[in-house]
Amino acid sequence: MTAHIIVDNLQVQAGSPEQPVTIVHNVSFSLQRGEVLALIGESGSGKTTIALTMLGYARPGCWISGGAVMVGNDNMADKTDAQLATLRGRKVAYVAQSAAAAFNPSRRIMDQVVESALMHGVMSRKAAEEKAVKLFAQLSLPSPDTIGKRYPHEVSGGQLQRLMAAMALICDPELVIFDEPTTALDVTTQVDVLKAFKAAVKATNTTAVYVSHDLAVVAQMADRILVLQQGRVMENNPTTKILSDAEHPYTRQLLSAVQHSDIVQNKADSDVVLEIANIEAGYGRIKPDGRPEIPILSDISMKVRRGQTVGIIGESGSGKSTFARVIAGLLPASSGYMLLNKRELFSAIADRDKKECQHIQMVFQNADTALNPAHKVGDILGRPLTFFHGLTGAARKQRVAELLELVKLPVELADRKCGALSGGQKQRINLARALAAEPSVILCDEVTSALDTVVAAAILELLEELQARLNIAIVFISHDISTVKHLCDEVVVLYKGSKVEHGSGKSFASAPYHPYTDLLVSSVPTLDPQWLDSRNQDQEARNIPISNSDSLCRFRDRCTVKLNGLCDSEAPPSRKLSSGKSVLCHRDEAMLSYS
Amino acid sequence: MMSVFKSMPVSGKLGSALVAFWLFIALFGPWLAPHTASEIVAYDVFEPIGGEYVLGTDYIGRDVFSRILDGTRFTIFIPLLAAALACSAGTLIALYSAVSHPRTDEIIARFMDALISIPSKIFSLVMIAAFGSSVPILLTITAISYMPGSFRIARALAVNVASMDFVTVARTRGESRLYLAVKEILPNILHPMLADFGLRFVFVVLLLSSLSFLGLGVQPPEADLGSLVRENISGLAEGAPAVIVPAIAIATITIAVNLVIDSLRGGATYAAKGK
Amino acid sequence: MKVIFQLILKRIGLSLITLFIVSAVVFFIANLLPGDAAQEMLGQSATPEAVAALRDAYGLNDPPLTRYAKWLGGLVTGDAGTSLANSRPVSELISSRLSQSLLLAGLTAVIAVPFAMVLGIVAAMHSGRRIDKIMNIATLTMVAVPEFLLATIFVLVFAVELNWLPSLSYIPSDAGLYDYFRAFALPVATLCIVLSAQMARMTRAAVLEQLSQPYVEMALLKGSPLSRAVLRHALPNAVGPIVNAVALSLSYLLGGVVIVEVIFNYPGVASLMVDAVTNRDMPLLQACAMLFCTGYLILVLIADLAAILANPKLRTGG
Repeated sequence: MTAHIIVDNLQVQAGSPEQPVTIVHNVSFSLQRGEVLALIGESGSGKTTIALTMLGYARPGCWISGGAVMVGNDNMADKTDAQLATLRGRKVAYVAQSAAAAFNPSRRIMDQVVESALMHGVMSRKAAEEKAVKLFAQLSLPSPDTIGKRYPHEVSGGQLQRLMAAMALICDPELVIFDEPTTALDVTTQVDVLKAFKAAVKATNTTAVYVSHDLAVVAQMADRILVLQQGRVMENNPTTKILSDAEHPYTRQLLSAVQHSDIVQNKADSDVVLEIANIEAGYGRIKPDGRPEIPILSDISMKVRRGQTVGIIGESGSGKSTFARVIAGLLPASSGYMLLNKRELFSAIADRDKKECQHIQMVFQNADTALNPAHKVGDILGRPLTFFHGLTGAARKQRVAELLELVKLPVELADRKCGALSGGQKQRINLARALAAEPSVILCDEVTSALDTVVAAAILELLEELQARLNIAIVFISHDISTVKHLCDEVVVLYKGSKVEHGSGKSFASAPYHPYTDLLVSSVPTLDPQWLDSRNQDQEARNIPISNSDSLCRFRDRCTVKLNGLCDSEAPPSRKLSSGKSVLCHRDEAMLSYS
Repeated sequence: MMSVFKSMPVSGKLGSALVAFWLFIALFGPWLAPHTASEIVAYDVFEPIGGEYVLGTDYIGRDVFSRILDGTRFTIFIPLLAAALACSAGTLIALYSAVSHPRTDEIIARFMDALISIPSKIFSLVMIAAFGSSVPILLTITAISYMPGSFRIARALAVNVASMDFVTVARTRGESRLYLAVKEILPNILHPMLADFGLRFVFVVLLLSSLSFLGLGVQPPEADLGSLVRENISGLAEGAPAVIVPAIAIATITIAVNLVIDSLRGGATYAAKGK
Repeated sequence: MKVIFQLILKRIGLSLITLFIVSAVVFFIANLLPGDAAQEMLGQSATPEAVAALRDAYGLNDPPLTRYAKWLGGLVTGDAGTSLANSRPVSELISSRLSQSLLLAGLTAVIAVPFAMVLGIVAAMHSGRRIDKIMNIATLTMVAVPEFLLATIFVLVFAVELNWLPSLSYIPSDAGLYDYFRAFALPVATLCIVLSAQMARMTRAAVLEQLSQPYVEMALLKGSPLSRAVLRHALPNAVGPIVNAVALSLSYLLGGVVIVEVIFNYPGVASLMVDAVTNRDMPLLQACAMLFCTGYLILVLIADLAAILANPKLRTGG
């Protein structure tokens, strides 16, 4: 049997025609009908570029400069634009990374889903819409009959992603390209979308190419994995083989970056550096009852100890970044108080003195926007030295060099602007700047989520090492539960602005959990290919909007173990479990362990 | 500087050369002129190109070439100064606005919006009617009429930069608003504001020439290029160079600046794409 | 629906506030100087008594704020005062000219707007190719050329050399369609060229901005040809910015008519205003200025409202 897809010696170039840069080097592979192939690699590996060539497409500034891409009998690499237009959407279909951006905001969803069917003239509008509704149901979208009448901004991100899959499948294509389709989603949403995709692909016996940077996700979806690095194939093997017995060292490096040890060493109780008590905060004007117009956080308390790390975990909308802004004084809390080294800390930055500002330093997620592109690295690091410690001239230069060394960067970097540095280097400078102030507490807001896995692992390692050396406290804000479990001495779980669970890092290693934490923990894909199939279907959020000021349990619309009558009428109590953690739930420990 | 020039497309190089040429004329024109600007040199009016006088004579027999060499400085320097004033004032107010309380920012923006909604020509006409027309007043008028436009662009850029994390970091450090504006924000909006300065210059050249063309700009005995077109407009019927050449001169100045800005911008987007 | 209604009301309110600020700016500039209008009207030989009487008659002795309030009240009720130059009511002077100016501006807009949109869209679709580069240089040049150069070249070519069209825009009282065409051809062509260049550039930028969005790439990958991706997908989303570009360019038209009306001796409001400047006829000047500013604000308001209505997020009240 000849393969369905044959990519032969593919080469893609970019830049200007006079000085081309090759970004995909002689890549070859093949794929049988109905097989799912994963393209995996870090940023710059060329995985998306290769996937797009199967649609005969290269992004502006790139072009296919050699080789063949056979899809059935069509070589997508040597077709004219007009020929490609007849194949795209009909024979080969595409599911984009961000459905929110890939749907036209000004047209109704149904029009966009059936568009390719109508353009290619494969069916009538009526037939296409009927088929679309069937696909919506198959992808387990809510109210499949009417969801198409909405505009893209009226449905959630996870739903849009599935609607985009319906758009791709409408013409029964032979090949579907999934381009990081779940990267922008929360983990609890990702599971449902992955399940829907897998079922749909299987049901139609479609050949699929799945682009991702996440090995665990790919393990669930793909029959084969192609590992790419800088536009070259490192390894091409069946999924089971890659996971159990990877051939290439690079693959093994990727695998080891995913597998954290969950062991948290027990640190001795040190003194409290930062205490936060009953914080409430939000946006908009303060109403007469003392609450902000748009409340985000309610009743958050915690203590941060010297030399220890507190993890704040939550998905989008949990209020975790707002929490960081409150601590930093950028968003004054509407009630509650904070103590820094046992002294009351003003809630607005304008009221804090220099010393207080010095002791709380923030490290942002995106080093690209956190470092001023107009300044040299030496000035970025030097400014806090001058500002807080009055260092100038040679002393300042000396200290900048020490800081660079501390974060394992070459001293010569001091004279460069940060534009040309890599993501990892920028994040190290970002970290060094916070250290320059010699703070008591560092707030790390998603510091690794914009980085590739291997680079992120190195940053985390550095963070741990620095903490041990300098004995600083860290508030580590993240959406990634495995990182938090691995790194943190104490963990706080936020859901819609309320603290649903709080306990030692060790207590998060095993159940019982709050039902939300339970969902969070169980939603993280593992490297076990059976993981996805073995999971039960989760309950989708119903359409009752629960705000961040709701006094009842805010998770009640998604909770699978809800106590009818109780959870809908009374505010949940805070329970202390035997593992030492506290949980905001009506269920007691026995009931939580049982569920 | 040289590498920037080299990387420009042909149109940009042509523009740069023309800009350099006109700057040279504006600086040294009066010394290069074979006659004084006001001297009546011939009995024949509206003489054509290539006779005894390089660019012929004007409506009362003055040397057109000399008058252009003399008048260019008004057409270049008033707009240059006015654009510089407009841009720097606009940028400074925008920086102040961007780091101020949202309410202050809103009030400033609202007032500037009102100023923008007075078309510059209309504003100039009212000002000239009220204050008359002299070089300092023309400078003031043109600077004021283009300042709000500069402000609007600078503010959009500054607000964008002010929302970046590096500004937030500086804010949490407890830095003063002056530091935020000057050290963190300004260096990042300087480049686009230079392009804006070029555009404002073109606008002012066009406005000033139009005013002079209406007889409301630079007043005799001084004459800028726009005035030259106006005073010789009766020669239009015979296609006299006295009216055509100064008009084309203005166009080459403004087109040249536009070409330079366009090629610099084009280069920037190309570099961004090539990343 | 309620949200959008509030939004529209808010926009209209803001425009009124702006108009109010504008009126204050215009009035106080025009009346800032202590120059004595009464003295000027009567000439140097007038007796002090006569001047005083006239000052009284025109209310020039009142404090500035009172005069401003009176003037503004007059404007709202359609009474813009009396011209100092020929003692006729300003509203009468303007109303006879307004329709002429509107006709000129309207004709220009009707021709220039569609022309510029097509140019801009075609350029955006061929971005980076030769046709785009040529259009770029051409529009760049036209934007930078003073109107009076274009007008004089047109007169030189079409009126003087070819003798096809009159160099002055004169409409005889028994004018037929052909006379109208002859009278309007040159002024309208001049305005159109300058205006379309500006508008085409802004339209191109607005469409290009949308073309770089992922949903356009998605449309291409669904098998839609580039033309469809541009017209059906990018264009509806570019409506807001394009209408904005059109409004901004048309407001430029308000300034452009000044030159064109004077060159072609066209009897419109702008040439009236230039006369007012020469005569220092402040009441007339203020009224003309307010007329132009109001025109600008109306255009911008229409653009804002169009952008609100074109946005489904606002339209559906989300």
